Amino acid sequence: MSYLVLDGLTKQYGSIMAVDDLHLEIKKGEFVSLLGPSGCGKTTTLQMIAGFVDPTKGSIVLDGKDLLRIPANKRGLGIVFQNYALFPHMTAAQNVAFGLEMLKVCKDELSSRVKETLSLVGLSHLADRFPARMSGGQQQRVALARALAIRPSILLLDEPLSNLDAKLREEMQLELRSIQRLVGTTTILVTHDQSEAMALSDRVVVMNQGRIEQIAEPYIAYEKPETEFVSGFLGKANSFIMGVRIEGGNVFGQIGEKKFPLRDTKLSAGKVIIRPEKISFCLQESAILSGKMKSRVFQGNHWLCQVETTLGGVTVIQQNDGKEIAPEGSEVHLNWKPEDMRSLNA
Amino acid sequence: MNTPRTPWLLSSPALILYLVFMIAPIGSIFLISFFEYNFQGGMRATYTFKNYIEILTDGYFYEIYARTFGVAFLVTLACVLIGTGEAYVLSRMTNPWKGLFLMVVLGPLLISVVVRTLGWALLFGSTGLISQGLMAMGFTSAPVSLMYTNTGVIIALTHVMVPFMVIAVWAALQRINPSTEAAALSLGASQFTVIRRVIVPQITPGILSGAIMVFALSASAFATPSIIGGRRLKNVPSAAYDEFLNTMNWPLGAALAMLLLIAMLIVLIAANKLIERRYGAVFD
Repeated sequence: MSYLVLDGLTKQYGSIMAVDDLHLEIKKGEFVSLLGPSGCGKTTTLQMIAGFVDPTKGSIVLDGKDLLRIPANKRGLGIVFQNYALFPHMTAAQNVAFGLEMLKVCKDELSSRVKETLSLVGLSHLADRFPARMSGGQQQRVALARALAIRPSILLLDEPLSNLDAKLREEMQLELRSIQRLVGTTTILVTHDQSEAMALSDRVVVMNQGRIEQIAEPYIAYEKPETEFVSGFLGKANSFIMGVRIEGGNVFGQIGEKKFPLRDTKLSAGKVIIRPEKISFCLQESAILSGKMKSRVFQGNHWLCQVETTLGGVTVIQQNDGKEIAPEGSEVHLNWKPEDMRSLNA
Repeated sequence: MNTPRTPWLLSSPALILYLVFMIAPIGSIFLISFFEYNFQGGMRATYTFKNYIEILTDGYFYEIYARTFGVAFLVTLACVLIGTGEAYVLSRMTNPWKGLFLMVVLGPLLISVVVRTLGWALLFGSTGLISQGLMAMGFTSAPVSLMYTNTGVIIALTHVMVPFMVIAVWAALQRINPSTEAAALSLGASQFTVIRRVIVPQITPGILSGAIMVFALSASAFATPSIIGGRRLKNVPSAAYDEFLNTMNWPLGAALAMLLLIAMLIVLIAANKLIERRYGAVFD
């Protein structure tokens, strides 16, 4: 059964639909990401759940209770803000204790829960330090501990890692995931970073212009994007117009001049996409497309290549397996398996 | 170019200005405070503590100092209460109201101190609006005058000092991360608790620095206390003024001013130390 249900949730600012008829059901203990570019309505959705913004229409039901009838400070949700929003005049321990004091937890339990939560995020040794004397990553952990200490029914994360540098961000991603697994709190993450959403969540909700484009597990959303927006937002994608023709009982697809058997693929005529890492270089005879290597950028574990073809630019990602890559300006031939393509519902 | 002398060279215009127009006059006042004065012969350049001893042993001057600091303290208290609330309300307003009311708050600073004080004198007099209003509402049967009372001085001073408080608190409020309020709410705090435990502690340094400013300005205010307070309720600046310009006893006036300056410096340094000790670790 669903733990949190958003039904027909809508927020309108003047003539702008910030969130447009959103339906979402989240199971207990699940980690769900709201993913999209800025202005897609993900943060507004989070703020409506938190109670800082009143929806224009729709309902939010948590565990059978109508959340909209409960004020923000009675909802019992844990929120981690983008800029941490730590209380600068309180030490780490006092920050964590704040929510527990509001719950009127007795003194002994309060201090043991503060200790417990700080050690959960690995900050026991900084309990008496003020936020101004902590690094960004440490402040982030205090903010997480503060939100978790009240044992919230839902943990809301508003772009929690976007202020950290790349290396620290990856570390915190792993840690956030393991902490969430450990405490089992239902979590909603708002982010514009697709790799963060995919690394952390059980399900990704891709949003665009106030609407949900697709709700799926990260792998499915990446491999089987339902819309062009999803395919472009989750990783890179090349898109082509494919024709379909039947010759002698066999179904063939056609891209440009080249025909290839479609066999059991569920592809239909129209727009298709292919991920750059699914394309490989080949000999001229087996090529689907040919073109000129426009640029190749070495990125350590892979090469990022731009190939100029008669159908436009094609991005190719080639694993760095030690083999030589065609130099810039040379003629290259591309090929991929038809079953790696996806048709987009136009 | 980047020699150790460069900073001195660059700041020398300001330093010279400061020396000529601030240190030199105060220095001469300091010297004069040790001079001797007699009614027939005028001022004589000697070195005596007579003036200081006279002030420190005369109950008349005690009363003047007590009145000066008492009034300054009450004005500061009133400004803290009014100014903090006012700044908080202002910070929560939306435009265009915010700009409009900020202008209203800062308005007293735009009016000449004499005009403003005489305006208060019109209100305070026994035939003034306040007196007539109180009688009309039946609070009192006889005319009430706030002229030549400490209450009147405190009201008129508070009116002009509140803007300084509002500016100081306003600056502190601007530095607050608005998400801390949302964070406190989400952790179950009521709006009142948010103000008490999250907002006020964060703006306390601003309130204290505003309070220092208001206290210093109130204790050294001249026009308002001498017009509203009159000759009977003198404060230190108007007493010093009288010694200088009426009695012509410059050395005694200088000693009065020096003692006020020393007392103010002690208050300022103590308050600053307090802020630093309490908030040094919090705000880097």
